[in-house]
Amino acid sequence: MIELFFQYLVAGLTYGTIYASVGIGFNIIYNTTGIINFAQGEFVMLGGMTAVTLHAFLPLPLAILGAVLITMIIGGLIEVAFIRWLVKPSVLRMIVITIGISILIREGALAVWGEGVRSLPYFTGNEVSALSLGGVRVSPQVLWSIGVCTVIVVLLNLFFKFTMLGREMRACAANREAAALCGIPTRNIVTFSFVLSAGIGALAGCVVSPITYTQYNVGTGLAIKGFTVAILGGLGNSMAAVGAGFILGILESFSIWVLPTAYKDAISIAILLAMLFVRPSGLFGNKEAMKLKDF
Amino acid sequence: MRTSRYTPAFALLVVIAVIQLLTLVSGKAFYLTQLTMAAYYSLIVIGLCLLMGFAGQISLGHAGFFAIGGYTSAVLTTLDLSAYKDRALVALLTKLHILVSRQDLYGGITLCFHPWVAFVAAVLLALGVAWAIGIPVLRLRGHYLAMATLGFGTIIYSIVLGTQRFGAADVISSVPPFPLGFGMSVSGETALRVPNYYIAWGLVTVVMVLSTNLIHSRVGRALRSIHGAEDAASAMGVDTARFKLYTFMLSAVLAAVAGVFLTHYNGGIGPSEAGVMKSVRYVAIVAVGGMGSIWGTLIMSVVLNFCSLRGYFGSYDDAVFGAILIVIMLFAPDGIIGSDLRRLVKMVMLKFKSSHGDTEAPRKA
Amino acid sequence: MRILKLIAVAACILALSVAPALAAGTIKIGAILAVTGPASFLGAPEAKTLEMMAEDINAKGGIEGKKVELVIKDSGGSPEKAVSFAKQLIDEDKVFAIIGPSTSGETMKIKDIAEQGKTILLSCAAAEAIVNPVAKYVFKTPQKDSDAVIRIFRQMKKMGITKIGVLSSNTGFGNAGKQQIEKLAPEHGIQIVLSEVYNSSATDLTAEVTKIKAAKVQAIVNWSIEPAQAIVIKNARQMGLTIPIFQSHGFGNIKYVQAAGAAADGVIFPAGRLLVADTLSDKNPQKKVLESYKKEYEAKYKEDVSTFGGHAYDAMKIMQQAIIATGVVDEEKVRTTIENMKGLVGTAGIFNFSPTDHNGLDANAFEMLTVKDGKFAVLEK
Repeated sequence: MIELFFQYLVAGLTYGTIYASVGIGFNIIYNTTGIINFAQGEFVMLGGMTAVTLHAFLPLPLAILGAVLITMIIGGLIEVAFIRWLVKPSVLRMIVITIGISILIREGALAVWGEGVRSLPYFTGNEVSALSLGGVRVSPQVLWSIGVCTVIVVLLNLFFKFTMLGREMRACAANREAAALCGIPTRNIVTFSFVLSAGIGALAGCVVSPITYTQYNVGTGLAIKGFTVAILGGLGNSMAAVGAGFILGILESFSIWVLPTAYKDAISIAILLAMLFVRPSGLFGNKEAMKLKDF
Repeated sequence: MRTSRYTPAFALLVVIAVIQLLTLVSGKAFYLTQLTMAAYYSLIVIGLCLLMGFAGQISLGHAGFFAIGGYTSAVLTTLDLSAYKDRALVALLTKLHILVSRQDLYGGITLCFHPWVAFVAAVLLALGVAWAIGIPVLRLRGHYLAMATLGFGTIIYSIVLGTQRFGAADVISSVPPFPLGFGMSVSGETALRVPNYYIAWGLVTVVMVLSTNLIHSRVGRALRSIHGAEDAASAMGVDTARFKLYTFMLSAVLAAVAGVFLTHYNGGIGPSEAGVMKSVRYVAIVAVGGMGSIWGTLIMSVVLNFCSLRGYFGSYDDAVFGAILIVIMLFAPDGIIGSDLRRLVKMVMLKFKSSHGDTEAPRKA
Repeated sequence: MRILKLIAVAACILALSVAPALAAGTIKIGAILAVTGPASFLGAPEAKTLEMMAEDINAKGGIEGKKVELVIKDSGGSPEKAVSFAKQLIDEDKVFAIIGPSTSGETMKIKDIAEQGKTILLSCAAAEAIVNPVAKYVFKTPQKDSDAVIRIFRQMKKMGITKIGVLSSNTGFGNAGKQQIEKLAPEHGIQIVLSEVYNSSATDLTAEVTKIKAAKVQAIVNWSIEPAQAIVIKNARQMGLTIPIFQSHGFGNIKYVQAAGAAADGVIFPAGRLLVADTLSDKNPQKKVLESYKKEYEAKYKEDVSTFGGHAYDAMKIMQQAIIATGVVDEEKVRTTIENMKGLVGTAGIFNFSPTDHNGLDANAFEMLTVKDGKFAVLEK
């Protein structure tokens, strides 16, 4: 029984790390622009797809590095082409533009890679290997993704706290006009936030690819989950997104234990919504901070 | 030269009739099929436009209400109770014409709920659900509201997919025609194509007139004040929560009604109608149509749905939709019809007026 | 880029409006296929197959001296588009017959439309409900789900398996299989201990597999047609479950084997013989058809052939043979010919239609296959 409990917990952690690593990316762009970038899931897909393609002739680490760089460039180009030159765009306008971008990237990926399913090889071991921790079995790739997710969160926190660029981004997040008045190049900061979140999305896409597989249309599903945890955690806070990711994953996993799996999504989302009603500014969000942002 | 607020509705009626005549003359009556389907989809989008453009609330879960309407009607009108026809309750319901028997395409006799009963049930259910979730959900703002409505859509989708009674992943098919009286019915039969076109568009016109009245009423002004500045409106004594809830319920009912009629027209409904991407699509159509313009929204909805249902863009259907979203949002941020056309019309009207020596100042839009 | 797309769109519209002008003296065959969207792994090879065959038929002078004109509509897997397209094909294009749709959901939604429009529909979707109850004008080419289930149960009997856990995906294919398994299990002495439905777009299924593991079953039946089915296999093996895993005929795509990698070894599933065409004995009546389709397709499109494309191949073949046998391009007569067609060798099996059987295939259409070193192989008896 206790063994079963831990096995479900491991499953929940697996789901959670996938959701969390997608969710983090949402926050960076939200912080500098106040919008949810619906194309974030597509960055995850692009990362995975590009890495698989590059892996055909490059060793795995280089392929991943290349994929992250290429996706970062794409992220930057998208911002320059579609967002940068807009004057005081409304939030809804930006959201609809990102929805459009997401659709175009997906269709582009279909044209380039076709409808087939691909995946990177397991970083350690293969499809059947697993570590046994007292009867509970964990795939090494799950540990890889938890590890990478942790490293990303730690590095992001350090970056925002201790580097000049990071501080400028936070200034942008707090008040864009004031930041501009202080001589911070806010436009470049926004571009950089797209580059950064594209890179993080791509890295997440590479790490989870052996577990989840990559197909041209995985972005939407991942984005919906990532969006859910990013908001439920409380927007603008990467740690909160990770926390909410794990909560959602564990809820899903344990709902399967007792109820038909077909209702997994309904149950986990219903519980999360109930939590949201009690804490309308996100599970770990700050009420005062929320008031500063508007829709 | 004053134009009544009903002028656009009359214009719409004329356009509807002219299009039908044109298809008749050119022998292309088959266009009416997709125009009819597009009309029903437009009902959802109009409701959503009232919610987004006037009450200022976003909903990423309206496909859920469409599904509530469509599925309630589909289940009740195909649920065969003929095995229980000797039970007292079933017999009584049959006597009251709440249950009706009919012959299906393969020769079997089934005993199911009357479509009108199913319709009332669907609308009541949509109202109830909208009321129940509207109270907590509409307290949320911005992205949190978007998230909560998206969650609602996901829950409905998941319930539909997980329940065998709703056909699970399969569609519910063989939904009977919906009798409207006077020998008319909502049905996909080729022989009834023209009446059905007028039924669908008549419904759209009625909804447009009602929406126009709503916008110009006291409620409409209250709604717009909510959109402009909710706190200020609240301070001025506008019961913002109540108005938001009513608009939410109204848009839910419109979506449910669209669901019921389209299900009878298509003869079935499948889970893809409840999908989250459908909801996103509706929101996008409202955005490109112009948030505060029900007419702009209607036009965009008809054009986009019609092209998609005709399959004009083939495998590029989604890509074209995405491109349209981007282009309109980049170059006409208030929607393609929204501000620009209105401004254009206003300019033309001004010119017209000044050339006629009319000194009346243009009304504020 | 955008301009290119616009030009492409304009060209499409132009092509559509010009198409009817060429119609004289041709046989117009419509196809509603999920070329893009979530079911594109079905629709894409089907569309390619039809295009290849139409080209081939026309190069050889057409059917009965008439060229085949193919009108392919991409439904993106969405049933409401399928409804609209079915009406278009029947009312406006006045097609002779419709091939497709790719998915069961779409087919079920247009079954009545084809029946009312008196247009032959040759579905490429699996669900049994398509031909049961029999609709006069509706046929289907993929093997029956029930036959796949029967073959699996027979195999289980040989292996002494009686308690099973069932996992199926939440799509039309998964749902149809699940219902057949539940219906047929008692008469084969099989007990279903647990039956769970998973999301076809799931990213990981460890929790679902844990539930199966806790139920202590002797084998897993995993019924799906999407990539997620490979995740089940992987998760089960990672968890140290060594019991046999049975898959459906929806596993017949080598990409899924590659995705599951080492975990796929030993998986047992029924499938058409297309996947093992080169290992069949020369005496097998299907061998020639299978090899020629495989060779032609793989040479033209540079990708592995899948059984799904084969369903479209069979549909076109049936249509072609029926028109030739009838001698006239008359919908009613051709329909009757199809209904009485016997011994037609296709990729899915040998078709023997009758007025009560609009599928024409039996359990022998399936071969039990397994995966050995990342390749399909016939299961040793």
